[in-house]
Amino acid sequence: MSILVDKNTRLLVQGITGNEGLFHTTQMMAYGTNVVAGVTPGKGGEWVLNGKVPVFDSVKLAVEATGANASVIFVPARFAADAMFEAADAGIPLIICITEGVAVQDMMRVRNYLDQKKVRLVGPNCPGLLTPGEAKVGIIPGNIAIPGNVGVVSRSGTLTYEVLYALMQVGMGASTCVGIGGDPVNGTNFIDVLDMFEHDPKTEKVVMIGEIGGTDEEKAAEFIASKMTKPVVSFIAGQTAPPGKRMGHAGAIIEGGAGTAADKVRALESAGVRVARHPEEIPSLLLK
Amino acid sequence: MKLHEYQSKQIFSRYGIPIPKGRVAATASEARQIAEELGGRVVIKSQVLVGGRGKAGGVKLAKDPQEAEQLATQILGMEIKGLPVRKVLVDEAAAIDQEIYFAITNDRAARKPVIMASAAGGVDIEEVAATHPEKIIKVHIDPLLGLRDYQARDIAASMDLPREYWKDFGAIATNLWKVYSGTDATLAEINPLVITKDRRMVALDGKMMIDDNALFRHSDLSEMRDIDEEAPAETEARKYGLSFIKLDGNIGCMVNGAGLAMTSMDIVKLFGGEPANFLDIGGGAGAETVAAAMRIILTDPNVKAVLFNIFGGITRCDEVAKGILTAMAEVKPKVPMVVRLVGTNAEEGRRLLANANMITAETLADAAQKAVAAAKGA
Repeated sequence: MSILVDKNTRLLVQGITGNEGLFHTTQMMAYGTNVVAGVTPGKGGEWVLNGKVPVFDSVKLAVEATGANASVIFVPARFAADAMFEAADAGIPLIICITEGVAVQDMMRVRNYLDQKKVRLVGPNCPGLLTPGEAKVGIIPGNIAIPGNVGVVSRSGTLTYEVLYALMQVGMGASTCVGIGGDPVNGTNFIDVLDMFEHDPKTEKVVMIGEIGGTDEEKAAEFIASKMTKPVVSFIAGQTAPPGKRMGHAGAIIEGGAGTAADKVRALESAGVRVARHPEEIPSLLLK
Repeated sequence: MKLHEYQSKQIFSRYGIPIPKGRVAATASEARQIAEELGGRVVIKSQVLVGGRGKAGGVKLAKDPQEAEQLATQILGMEIKGLPVRKVLVDEAAAIDQEIYFAITNDRAARKPVIMASAAGGVDIEEVAATHPEKIIKVHIDPLLGLRDYQARDIAASMDLPREYWKDFGAIATNLWKVYSGTDATLAEINPLVITKDRRMVALDGKMMIDDNALFRHSDLSEMRDIDEEAPAETEARKYGLSFIKLDGNIGCMVNGAGLAMTSMDIVKLFGGEPANFLDIGGGAGAETVAAAMRIILTDPNVKAVLFNIFGGITRCDEVAKGILTAMAEVKPKVPMVVRLVGTNAEEGRRLLANANMITAETLADAAQKAVAAAKGA
């Protein structure tokens, strides 16, 4: 068991013929992910990656032909909202959007529409999902994690790699790693993933990587205190960030004094979460 | 991207929201001329991208063109919260009966736009929000449906706005929604929206912020960016797609990924150092971008050491190493450099840098400690 993706995932890649789409599809397939189709409007009928993956003009056609049940999106930001709407309308129940820089009003429309359709979205602006040894959907390097019992959920990309790598250095593995992305309006949030980890028999401990901005970490702390039995270790990035400055991620901005690192650390600690001072401390906190 | 008051009000006017007559001036004599054209009393308002202009003395009332010139001279010589005033807006003065606060912004927690309105508008709205939150009405808008007329009526009624103004208020609300959605604003704020003594509703002051990620579909708005209000290094960084923010410390940081960049700053501080900047080179950065990033870091004379922390995912460590070498050949830095490369093509990257006279580190903590030590020794 694991969450969201596993060996049975039949993956579709939107934007498969672009540079990033092709590169990461190669990586995902090398990892063993079952990539069944790609979509690039105007390139339907072609085959890519040495004839292994058929390309379709639309998600609908790809789903009809291949039975794809998850889609990963690599299209440029200005086309990303449309790609998410298209996947949802074609009946894809799980969408993972890697694309960075999607306009926030686009995301509000996408999120409200997908919620009505009961479609799960991970991202955008996220590294995707990795269930070590089973499937990799997105851009998390496959060689920095091993299978194990730690569930990892994070708002960040490379910081997540740092944590997986630190775990692997001491022989600890991950059940599933979920990058939920750093945008102010996204799909799946911390609580969704924490809930899935709580119910996943393979996950025994959880690492939650947050950052400044918003109040999702504070809400997650309430959820952990009231609903979780499994131990959670956390790290919050941005303790030295000056207020009001946008630190790359659209989400990592401190608004009106709320959402500071100190607020989040306090909320998590009072929920019984051990908060690391830096990412390399996480493995030792998991052992305590 | 923040817009100035005068730019925000121009946009309001384009969408049919009434604004006072007035124009922007860069010199005191221009201000005098505008005051002569307008006739009567005028308000001279500093145009800087910070709040609290009025309380800082950057907004003044002039009874005639001569006083307008005097006050403009004074305000154009001011600095407000560190920003020099380069322009003033000269507006006709309004006789005010009531001040309303009215804004549309993103509620990230609700994942919807939200209207905020209050009959207690004006310069003290933040205090109202803190002490009497019940006086601020909040109404969410379905992003798929837009603002409905009944919602505007409900807001007017909740503010105890006299019925004779409901129609005007409804039109302003509808138009402000069009401003917000039509410009991809993250904030469209009228404060105050006034009722004048002669019973008109006018947007006396305005503030807008535009989503940088949506500027691709608003070339007219992109041109409104006031580069004078940015640190030159930040403008340069944007050209290369880098996310850069200057800070006050002496350890330059170059990292890939926003979360890891913030973490690298945090850990520098944890080990007793002070970061000189936030810099995210982004995913998949090539040698040229890395070289640009290094030039930008080294233009800061405070920098006494540089920390490179690269975790290769999409970004390839050998590409980063090539960029570092290119930049070093060009800028010939005199400060010590600490480099940590992990992930995609890290070995190749380390091999390239082996003869480059850099301090290498294995872990993040090790890298931060070496950078702190190097900055102190320099």
